[in-house]
Amino acid sequence: MSSDLTFVYVTYIATTPEKLWQALTDGAFTQQYWFGTRIESDWRVGSRVIFRRDEAVSDSGEVLEYMPPRRLSYTWHVDFHEEFAREKPSRVTFELEPMGSAVKLTIVHDDFEPGSKVFVAVSGGWPKVLASLKSFLESGHALALTSLEAKKLAQEEAIAQAQRGAASAQSRR
Amino acid sequence: MSTPNFVPKTVYVTYIASTAEKVWAALTSAEFTRQYFFGRSIELEPKVGGTFILRMPDGRVDVQGRVVAYDPPRKLSVTWRVEWIEEMRKLPECLVTYEVEALDGGVRLTMTEAHQWDVPDAILSGGRMGWPAILSSLKSLLETGKPLVVKLEPPKEMLEAVKRAVS
Repeated sequence: MSSDLTFVYVTYIATTPEKLWQALTDGAFTQQYWFGTRIESDWRVGSRVIFRRDEAVSDSGEVLEYMPPRRLSYTWHVDFHEEFAREKPSRVTFELEPMGSAVKLTIVHDDFEPGSKVFVAVSGGWPKVLASLKSFLESGHALALTSLEAKKLAQEEAIAQAQRGAASAQSRR
Repeated sequence: MSTPNFVPKTVYVTYIASTAEKVWAALTSAEFTRQYFFGRSIELEPKVGGTFILRMPDGRVDVQGRVVAYDPPRKLSVTWRVEWIEEMRKLPECLVTYEVEALDGGVRLTMTEAHQWDVPDAILSGGRMGWPAILSSLKSLLETGKPLVVKLEPPKEMLEAVKRAVS
């Protein structure tokens, strides 16, 4: 069963459609702006698409359309989280359109199941990934937001661990 | 001024490698807006209740409204009436809010366009086309020093829907 949940995002990037296409389909590029995620596929229609983070497969799907440098579409299944992995694959479509000095990039993520949690997660995630992609292509520097957020989380976790340690040291007394 | 009747219809989020203060300056000073907002200059009276104008390069007023929230460098909210397209003057004004959130390594910028009537999607298409171009150009300007050159015309479906709405 499908729903009408649809995420649409448009951004304009000062680059060429060919460079943007490469950035979307070449794992050596995605790794640099997609917060360490490497995309892998032979890009034949029907072939597997794999997203790898720290060697583990985080997400996977199947190539639906591959029309360089204009239109790319694949299904999307989240593998890394049990709650998300339960959901059926959704669909991502990229459209690239030259506009003046820039390329208009439209991403449509749809075909979610009703009440999809993946929909909520990707709606928050895409603006970050696409902002980082734009920065990477225009300035050569991807955004470092997630790693810094992760750093904060790691710091909080370290503090929590230290507190747990202190608490258990107290209870042993 | 309270604005409980405005319902968000279009939200655009982007992340910029910059500081909240620089993003705030880019949103509120004409020297910046001229570069990324299709040549428009902002005129902003920096207080709640103050006037807000976006002026076109030829001096005509594109948009005008009032300041509803002014909290530098975090939040700016203005009422928004499009003046340069004659029929649009008769539409209920909308509310545009910028929220700037400092993160480690950058800033999250959220633009929300809210409406106080059952506005058709065709009318929303103007903002949905314009905001991504404007805010993409703002991001480029702050990160690289160069805005984008993108030319857009108001969508035909929007102009037709506006005529239907005000007739």
